[in-house]
Amino acid sequence: MATTVQAPPALCLANITKRFGSVLANDDVSFDLNQGEVLALLGENGAGKTTLMNILFGQYTADTGSVSVFGETLPPGKPGAALRAGVGMVHQHFTLAANLSVWENIALGTQGIGSFVLRSGQVRAKIRDLSARFHLDVDPDARVSTLSVGEQQRVEILKALYRDARVLILDEPTAVLTPQEAQDLFATLRQAVEMGLSIIFISHKLHEVMALADRIAVLRHGRLVATRTRAETNPDELVSLMVGTAVDRHDYTPRTVGAPRLSLRNVSTPSTGTRFGLNNVSLTLHAGQIVGLAGVSGNGQAALSDVISGLITPSGGDIGIAGQGITEWSPRIALSHGIGRIPEDRHKTGTIADFDLTENAVLETYRDQFSRRGWIDWRGARAHAETLRETYDVRTSGVDSRIRLLSGGNMQKLILGRVLEQSPQIILANQPVRGLDIGAVTYVHRRLVEAAENGAAVLLISEDLDEVRKLSDVVHVISDGRLSPPIPRDDATPAVLGHWMAGNGFEGEVPHAS
Amino acid sequence: MRLEPISAPTPARRIVPPVLALVATLVVTSVLVMIAGRAPGDVLRQIVIGAVGSKFALLETLNRTTPLIFTGLAVAVAFRAKLWNIGAEAQLYAGAVITVILGTGAMSAPSFVMLPVLAVAAFIAGALILLGPVILKTRLGVDEVVTTLLFNFIFLLFVSFLLEGPLKDPMGMGWPKSARMLPEGRLPRIFDGVRLHWGFGVALIAALVIWVMDAKSTLGFEMRAVGQNRDAARFAGIPVTSVMIKTAVISGGLAALAGFSEVSGLKGSLTLDLSPGFGYTGIVVAMLALLHPLGVVVAAFFVAAIFVGADSMSRAIGVPSYIADIMLASALLFMVLAILLTKFRVRRD
Repeated sequence: MATTVQAPPALCLANITKRFGSVLANDDVSFDLNQGEVLALLGENGAGKTTLMNILFGQYTADTGSVSVFGETLPPGKPGAALRAGVGMVHQHFTLAANLSVWENIALGTQGIGSFVLRSGQVRAKIRDLSARFHLDVDPDARVSTLSVGEQQRVEILKALYRDARVLILDEPTAVLTPQEAQDLFATLRQAVEMGLSIIFISHKLHEVMALADRIAVLRHGRLVATRTRAETNPDELVSLMVGTAVDRHDYTPRTVGAPRLSLRNVSTPSTGTRFGLNNVSLTLHAGQIVGLAGVSGNGQAALSDVISGLITPSGGDIGIAGQGITEWSPRIALSHGIGRIPEDRHKTGTIADFDLTENAVLETYRDQFSRRGWIDWRGARAHAETLRETYDVRTSGVDSRIRLLSGGNMQKLILGRVLEQSPQIILANQPVRGLDIGAVTYVHRRLVEAAENGAAVLLISEDLDEVRKLSDVVHVISDGRLSPPIPRDDATPAVLGHWMAGNGFEGEVPHAS
Repeated sequence: MRLEPISAPTPARRIVPPVLALVATLVVTSVLVMIAGRAPGDVLRQIVIGAVGSKFALLETLNRTTPLIFTGLAVAVAFRAKLWNIGAEAQLYAGAVITVILGTGAMSAPSFVMLPVLAVAAFIAGALILLGPVILKTRLGVDEVVTTLLFNFIFLLFVSFLLEGPLKDPMGMGWPKSARMLPEGRLPRIFDGVRLHWGFGVALIAALVIWVMDAKSTLGFEMRAVGQNRDAARFAGIPVTSVMIKTAVISGGLAALAGFSEVSGLKGSLTLDLSPGFGYTGIVVAMLALLHPLGVVVAAFFVAAIFVGADSMSRAIGVPSYIADIMLASALLFMVLAILLTKFRVRRD
């Protein structure tokens, strides 16, 4: 027998695999969280972080693998087991009742059915004690609706601590915070670790991860690609781990670059809530060229996409199409100027789930191409949908079937067809292959390249560096709403892109908007 | 326990829940009737006889159906676009007020001019009433459920003021009641000697028009798109605000036609009890019809039959006619539950 008994890890995930249809959400993921440690879980959207946490909390049952907390294996698929074992989670979107006070929110659900009288004195005392010990300054009697976002997050943390959590999981906790609040949060978390808690910190913001974590686990396409201690890594390496480096570059033939089709000059948009606006962005898309936009997610891609889609009008700067300045801007105007848009979220913005294939196929064109004097030409619309179905290989039982029954790949092919059939001059492809299986990915990529070869100006927004490097003639990097200068294809190495993605090189590059 | 969405419900799952809802409604009603000390079979039979058992009964039911088709359509059109118009009652009275103002002497014209003018004026009045809340909603994000609901009470008080003041019939022996409509302003009867008026015909036509518009017109397409997914509609270039405003115009206008039809076709003058809550019952009708324009006709008939039948049953057997309210309320609740069961399955964890 060994004389030293090693403490069991606070949390141990062993060989977790979870498959949804043809998509491997988690592929043999294993890691430990040591006691008293901050482990950052780093990965792009869709890398499998959320699935992993849902398995930990019993929302999903893993296909293989097990979860144990302080050496005890949790029963799979039992929500609540992790909570009882001492794992607390602070979600990105808070789960607080706004019309109740802080102490009521914290006590909610902790008392059995039957104890009708809340022992408010005891609850308050325990909260005050926890607040003091962890430096979580909140008034227990304040109404949640009167609290700032930072304070609400403290309530969420207190809620977990009140339930005697010894492991705390925070899902992108700084996404909703101001920089100052984020600093306060980090101080709190360091305090919590000193008090003996173990923390998993989910994020894709590199500087935060580097500031807080002891170790960093990187997920990519459902696989755990690396675990590093903070001392042995740096932001550039983390970026390349997160987005990949292996690039298949062979079938690239240079395309003839034509006239400028779309230009943004010094475009700015206000930041709203949790997302970055654009800061003096200038960008030109040329005919026959694919421009890639790389960047860690949440750095202004959504704002840029919304501007080009016509959903938001810039607060500053100019939009020019084929050399003409644009004065009025809306989705319909964008469409009328030949901008084809593949939106980031095909379920929420790209299609209407309970509309059938035909109705979705003509969603953007019903007025100009499939109606006469206010009446829709359903015969023509159906024929058009049939054409799309055959040309773009949308597999469905028929054009009358509802879109919600289609797989992601088929849904995306329909959107792609809807866009390409209009022979657009300009194509905005925002995350066009996210969540698709490999066959659909190849198909979508091939079609986009063909469109460029036929003279369209393409903007490809992606968080996957491989995808950007494989397709683009020129790459821009977006960081904190700022855009890098164009980087030619051959210079766009992971090292160079990673450098920009980590937020370097922008100082002095573009003037900050006040 | 949790609910899991079903992507493609089987035919059985579509049919069985609504049938169960009907059965459950009858069970609840029967239990209450037994508590009241009567035989459920007798009561139900009497309700059916009272509603459709004779020519007189059937016509009475159809007359009651008419305003419910209009308000049911008004609610269905709005709800489909996710515009929560709870104000059909006020819109109905707005239509009635305009009809009475124009139809009691403010204008004189032959019937074939007068009637269309009255209908159009009523339609516009109802549309204007709903426009306020909708503009508040699209501009300032004010919840239209609250504004349209509360405006009902304000408008009813305004009607009360009109009937005590400017619109009071000088020959009315002091009753709060408007003057009688001119004969040119009265909707004729469909058949000679039968109390059923052309308001019913107009209501059926309105349902057909809305149904065709919904399925075939660009506006109908836009309204459905905005109702199902506002973000996707906006992204696709559908002018969401303008569609909401057009929806409001149609919805408010339809509700106001109920007021026009009741005054011009049935009552011949305006009193404060013109509508026993047709505006609110319109919500029940629309929900029972699953917001389908033709379903509204069927649901309106069903609801009207229960009310008329229960009145007659109450006179014959003595169970209070409140049983009609309970039947409707439970039919609606069970129906909502049934709709849930066609879309979700219950799973135990």
